[in-house]
Amino acid sequence: MIRIPCPFCGTRDHSEFSYGGDGSIQYPALDAPVQDWHDAVFQRENICGVQTETWQHVNGCRMWLLVDRDTMTHEIHDVRPAHPGMAKVLGVTS
Amino acid sequence: MRYSGFKVIREALRGHKGWGPAWRDPEPKSHYDIIIIGGGGHGLATAHYLAKIYGQRNVAVIEKGWIGGGNVGRNTTIIRSNYLLDGNEPFYEFSLKLWEGLEQDLNYNAMVSQRGIMNLIHSDAQRDAFTRRGNAMILNGADAELLDEAQIRAEYPFLNFNDARFPIKGGLAQRRGGTVRHDAVAWGYARGADQNGVDIIQNCEVTGFRIEDGKCLGVETSKGFIGANKVGCAVAGNSGRMMSKAGMRLPIESHVLQAFVSEGLKPVLPGVITFGAGHFYVSQSDKGGLVFGGDLDGYNTYAQRGNLPVVEDVCEGGMGLMPMIGRARLLRMWGGIMDMSMDGSPIIDRTHVDGLYFNGGWCYGGFKATPASGYCFAHLLANDAPHPVATAYRFDRFDKGRMIDEKGMGNQPNLH
Repeated sequence: MIRIPCPFCGTRDHSEFSYGGDGSIQYPALDAPVQDWHDAVFQRENICGVQTETWQHVNGCRMWLLVDRDTMTHEIHDVRPAHPGMAKVLGVTS
Repeated sequence: MRYSGFKVIREALRGHKGWGPAWRDPEPKSHYDIIIIGGGGHGLATAHYLAKIYGQRNVAVIEKGWIGGGNVGRNTTIIRSNYLLDGNEPFYEFSLKLWEGLEQDLNYNAMVSQRGIMNLIHSDAQRDAFTRRGNAMILNGADAELLDEAQIRAEYPFLNFNDARFPIKGGLAQRRGGTVRHDAVAWGYARGADQNGVDIIQNCEVTGFRIEDGKCLGVETSKGFIGANKVGCAVAGNSGRMMSKAGMRLPIESHVLQAFVSEGLKPVLPGVITFGAGHFYVSQSDKGGLVFGGDLDGYNTYAQRGNLPVVEDVCEGGMGLMPMIGRARLLRMWGGIMDMSMDGSPIIDRTHVDGLYFNGGWCYGGFKATPASGYCFAHLLANDAPHPVATAYRFDRFDKGRMIDEKGMGNQPNLH
């Protein structure tokens, strides 16, 4: 079991969370060339090592989180709210 | 050395002293016409067909560990060709036909057993979908048979027919599907390739490509540089890692899929059963163990081990489908790393680097594809053109909008 320290709820089993995917992907502008959209939608770094990824705490606070996790060891290095403004409103520091 | 019944009796009388190694253990030459990276099922099959069908005699397979130590020894050994889409079904039917002639081709007992595969139906909508799939299979020369509940009861009386959520209403059977001893597939292809002069180099890790002016000149390995006119990469599970050394990003993520085997039991399951609604499938090995599995763990990983929530989910699926499985004890479970592509279908194609070719993205359907994957990759490497049944497996299908999305999931690799 991977244990994810949710900044809102505390440390919980990963079965409470839904995996989003590679959190480093930035979608281009709507009028960007098709190639840029192709790369953002389909191409993946597929990192072996520490990857920043998104998880949603669906069976908890329902917040989206950015998690730095090692894809080889499953060790979690950092967890922070994906939406810093929301974290600020709720009084949580990452 | 050819294997035969006569040879077995002769060796039995002579104390089994005449069996030699099934393949050589050569040192790498400085240059080959074609190098295959990856001594798994697909890489070894590619080498075998390159030598036997396409007449290539100067070929090497380079494997970082020992042959057959990756996914070809970690799958649940099922073969079938029950696909729907035009890009897939001819390829998988070609593969099933190669399975049917495999043992004669290789002179090797791979225990190919066409015991049949059954996809269970639980609703009218699913029956419509499976009827369509069966028709697509028949149109492509495969066999398919739609069964009603009484026919399933006759074959598998112990299933949970009256489950409140997923009552069994019928099934789609492919009688020519079945199981194969997966280790023997790796060994048989290795022996076949070796007999035709292919060098199988184990414990030799490829650490990089030597690429000059857009052309691949060979591979850097833990045993030094090895030159090649053409390099084919067949390292599914680690495709992202390997191709990043050539500066490529792929439409692939690496995920872990778990498999399970129970203690040995008396024969109870005549064929393969898939319970798609509950994410569970099961067959019985010739040693008696129930071999079963379910879904991906769902997050990117390169660790060849899975996690407990999926163990619970798979075992719940098993209990839901055949409650008697609860009396059996789980013997072992393990994980393998899958190349999960963005549409759930594989890639066999050239790359933007001259002389560098790619075979991967097999998701969790790689084992059944082994013979056709090797055959088509060999065709591509020998002729620089795709084999007629693998023309859809191109890198540019995502760009061109020609995805082969068998499940209709879109670009969400952990759902395929």
